[in-house]
Amino acid sequence: MLDCQIDDNGIATLTLDMPDRSMNVINKAVFDAIVQQIDAHAANPDVKGFIVTSGKPAFAAGADVSELDRLGDPDVPVERIYELSDIAAAAHRRMETCGKPVVAAINGTALGGGYELCLAAHHRIVADDPGIQIGLPEVSLGLLPGGGGTQRLARMLGIKPALDLLIDGTRLAPAAALAAGLVDEVEPAGDLLAAARRWLSGADARAVQPWDDPAWRLPGGGPFTAAGMQTMVGANALVQARTWHNYPAPVAILSCVFEGVQVPFDAGIEIERRYFTQLVRSVEARNIIRSTFVNKRAADKLVRRPEGIEKMPTRKLGILGAGLMGSGIGYVAARAGIDVVLLDTDLARAEKGKAYSARILDKQVARGNMQAEDADATLARIAPTTAYEDLADCDLVIEAVTEDRAIKARVTGLTEAQIDAGAVFASNTSTLPITGLAEASERPENFIGMHFFSPVEKMPLVEIIVGDRTSDRSIAKALDFVQQVRKTPIVVNDSRGFYTSRVVAKYIHEGCHLLAEGVEPALIENAARLAGMPVGPLNLVDETKIDLAYHIIDQSRTDMGDAYKLSKAEDVIVRMYDLGRWGKLSGKGFYDYPEGGGKHLWPGLAEEYPPAENQPDVEEVKMRLLYSMAVDTARLLEENVLTDPADADIGAIYGFGYPRHTGGPISLIDMVGCESFVADCRRLADAHGERFAPPEMLARMAAENRSFYGSQPGQGKG
Amino acid sequence: MTEAFIYDHVRTPRGRGKPDGSLHTITAVDLAAQTLGAIKSRNGFGAEDVDDIVWGTVMPLGEQGQVLPRMASMMAGYGEYTGAVQVNRFCASGLEACNLAAAQVMSGQAQMTIGGGVEMMSRVMMGSDGGAYMIDPQVATTLHAVPQGISADLLASLYGYSREDVDSYAVASHQRAAHAWTNGYFDNSVIPVVDVNGVTVLERDETVRGNTTVEALAKLKPSFEKLGRDLGFDSVAIQKYPQVEKIVHLHHAGNSSGVVDGSGAVLIGSREAGERLGLKPRARIRSWATLGTDPTIMLIGPSFAAEKALANAGMSASDIDLWELNEAFAAVVLRFMEVLDVPHDRINVNGGAIAMGHPMGATGAMVLGTVLDELERREMGTALTTLCIGGGMGIATIIERV
Repeated sequence: MLDCQIDDNGIATLTLDMPDRSMNVINKAVFDAIVQQIDAHAANPDVKGFIVTSGKPAFAAGADVSELDRLGDPDVPVERIYELSDIAAAAHRRMETCGKPVVAAINGTALGGGYELCLAAHHRIVADDPGIQIGLPEVSLGLLPGGGGTQRLARMLGIKPALDLLIDGTRLAPAAALAAGLVDEVEPAGDLLAAARRWLSGADARAVQPWDDPAWRLPGGGPFTAAGMQTMVGANALVQARTWHNYPAPVAILSCVFEGVQVPFDAGIEIERRYFTQLVRSVEARNIIRSTFVNKRAADKLVRRPEGIEKMPTRKLGILGAGLMGSGIGYVAARAGIDVVLLDTDLARAEKGKAYSARILDKQVARGNMQAEDADATLARIAPTTAYEDLADCDLVIEAVTEDRAIKARVTGLTEAQIDAGAVFASNTSTLPITGLAEASERPENFIGMHFFSPVEKMPLVEIIVGDRTSDRSIAKALDFVQQVRKTPIVVNDSRGFYTSRVVAKYIHEGCHLLAEGVEPALIENAARLAGMPVGPLNLVDETKIDLAYHIIDQSRTDMGDAYKLSKAEDVIVRMYDLGRWGKLSGKGFYDYPEGGGKHLWPGLAEEYPPAENQPDVEEVKMRLLYSMAVDTARLLEENVLTDPADADIGAIYGFGYPRHTGGPISLIDMVGCESFVADCRRLADAHGERFAPPEMLARMAAENRSFYGSQPGQGKG
Repeated sequence: MTEAFIYDHVRTPRGRGKPDGSLHTITAVDLAAQTLGAIKSRNGFGAEDVDDIVWGTVMPLGEQGQVLPRMASMMAGYGEYTGAVQVNRFCASGLEACNLAAAQVMSGQAQMTIGGGVEMMSRVMMGSDGGAYMIDPQVATTLHAVPQGISADLLASLYGYSREDVDSYAVASHQRAAHAWTNGYFDNSVIPVVDVNGVTVLERDETVRGNTTVEALAKLKPSFEKLGRDLGFDSVAIQKYPQVEKIVHLHHAGNSSGVVDGSGAVLIGSREAGERLGLKPRARIRSWATLGTDPTIMLIGPSFAAEKALANAGMSASDIDLWELNEAFAAVVLRFMEVLDVPHDRINVNGGAIAMGHPMGATGAMVLGTVLDELERREMGTALTTLCIGGGMGIATIIERV
């Protein structure tokens, strides 16, 4: 666990190397071991000082998140969390007040609790590997650094620099960490321990933290100096502007620093302990941890991969269509070391698709994130072509051509004529049912949907769609590819719009319903942001093109004839289409887009949809927007399009920005409690239409007092 | 209940609240002492004639710290007998001081009191007292705290006031103040401020620009745009007022209350105490009220406080002859006139803080006196004085001539 070697010069090297784990995680056992070793050697006059380092490639990743999640259970008493915090605080304190200088030799990534351990050392030296990350990213899990991180960082750097890092959860590479003051030295990896020994033997070795020196003053001054007040006022506003009051963690971090630096160090630790415990127990942190950490990590490890099928990494990928999607998929595949054949009908277009990658790579090199050789090698993997013969030895082909069944059928045939019988053919369609598209295939068992999101290089999700005849082997192949390109997969069954496209349309439609009812458009858009959505529904449909939304409606009308009755929301889309307000690309939609920026809601909306005298409460609007998606997601679970609540939550968060603090639409139902959710949906259905009618499954769960994830229902707020 | 009467009031001229302002070289305690001294000498108090002084100061720290009126009264030659208390209700402190002074009289616990205040804004910076409101993250985020200028722009955005609306109002304030000075309406109440040798350093309000125009004001840049947009305060406000798409920034130095130095005092006592001193009561304090409204929009308190004070007096808005609402920001007055249907020619008839400035601790006492002078000049009966207050509060006091 924590090996101790004392050399001839009296330097004790403590090497953290947890058995049976690929990475050190900071837990009670680590703290116990540290205290034990310090106790054993600190009083020994022959020991000059300590080096703390790791026996793993990374220094330490942080605390055990699943353990934190368990601690957040409402049944765990507050005092229990306080006790655990005290153990951490005492170990850190023992380290920094043991009377001997302690140096952290940071051989690899040190994040969260790992970096907090380094903060309790008197000196920090990091190896010069640019892949190493240093920082306190707890905020991204809805938490704060509860091992003294807020107190030591603020005292080390001052209020403003510490808040900037803590609130963003910034991770820095060694050079940047040195510039920011997170570490004191960057040394060649091979020289790390020697550098640590040099410091311990040198004149600068000190065994007292700055904040334990009676003459110490907080760098930059306290929160009630002129600069401090300015910092706090600004930070308080900015956090609200960014989080729309949905995330308690950044506010708790602000308070830890604001309150903590006004009191002695140990009192600051106590303040941090309180806010940390408050966050651990918050429904927001539990939702975020469940969906974006525990379940996302399981998805990334391919929990949904059919068992008993050997790994099938893609060696050579064919892409049909070098538009935005095809080019983006080509880029991420080439980055993952996969050879790419980028095919289009016209060589110039295929070349343009490759140039898309060149542009991204150039930017990466210019920013210093990539070596020029790596960029060149990546680009060299992409082969633009017009010849289907070039697909011959591809083991996976993804078509990203126009959303037109006939065209898709034609390219399917042309491709299958070239590729191996075992190769998998995937369609990147965002709405067309896979089973229908597979009818054009000679080998429908090898036919699958892989819905990437735009822009591919930025969006982390891939929605895998399983057609009626898609084989387990094809699912495994698709999932292996998603893992190769380091994206997060969800697996859904076939249906029009699958999961993400169908549910996000409910959001847009609810926005249109609200507008048609005379709700102020500003209220609709702001309520969406207050609910935690990244953009309002009217803004979103402007971005995704109103003409596209119109064509989907028009297609349904054509398919179903007079039987198809337009909803009030669809009327709004049709009206906007008829007015020629087709969205952002056309320069006008629900918003006006004046030249030189400064878009604003189209004032003419007030004439088209006169605002009603009585406006609904903002909470009601928020509820309608979030519930319209949640109830439809539940319906998809009932319809077996979705087979797993985790897929639903991950897909919603990463596919269309469903608010992370809710944990996703299914976590939201758990959070408010099935019974309460069903009651609200029934009320909304009576007031606004059957689209809110809860599926039978939810009513049954409510009656049986069940929840999706098994945690206690109804503990949070809606 | 004993009735409380206003017997007299004085105020200093208001000096520009900057290092080049004419009052900048005068200490806060000296300015307060000159004010208290003037009201003492005009009314001929003996050593034990005044029971208590209630004194407003919004930044009670540094030279304005401790209980400033206790030192100031003794420096002004009051006897040791006269007590003093310092109060803070943000911008309404001066009027709050008068109400609390009146309350002592009305409850029969004091006979003759002084309400007033001082603020040397050029010497003790606004905001230098810190406080939890904007700075403590728990408080600031729970209350959606925004600076007042953002509140004023939110108010204008919510009720659709244009830049021309607010600038026109500001021009009227300057014109009215200039007209009042030209015609001597303030002469009886404004005392000159002198140096240690008795040489006058200021005798007229320093920031009045009677010749300003809407065109001239149109050139000024909105003061709170950057704060709102770049620091995120617009978003904080909109999260409380989601029906607002965008905060339109209209307020600037020319249509907001000026930062100035100044002091004012109002003599308040019972009928018997006045008779003992041979003083003639000028007005009766009919009622007052304070209350709170949403702290984010912050500035809508006056109409609610006015209604509450009217209810306390058993009166209605139509009973009020003249209105005085502190011109914190132009939009505050525009909104008030709209809500209570008050015509422009009955409110702030001699200008207000946009023209003459708003020495925070003193303003309430100053405007109470100003409107009394004007009631007398116009031979009218009743007036309502009101101010918007930080944190969303409002205050109103109704007086009637006797």
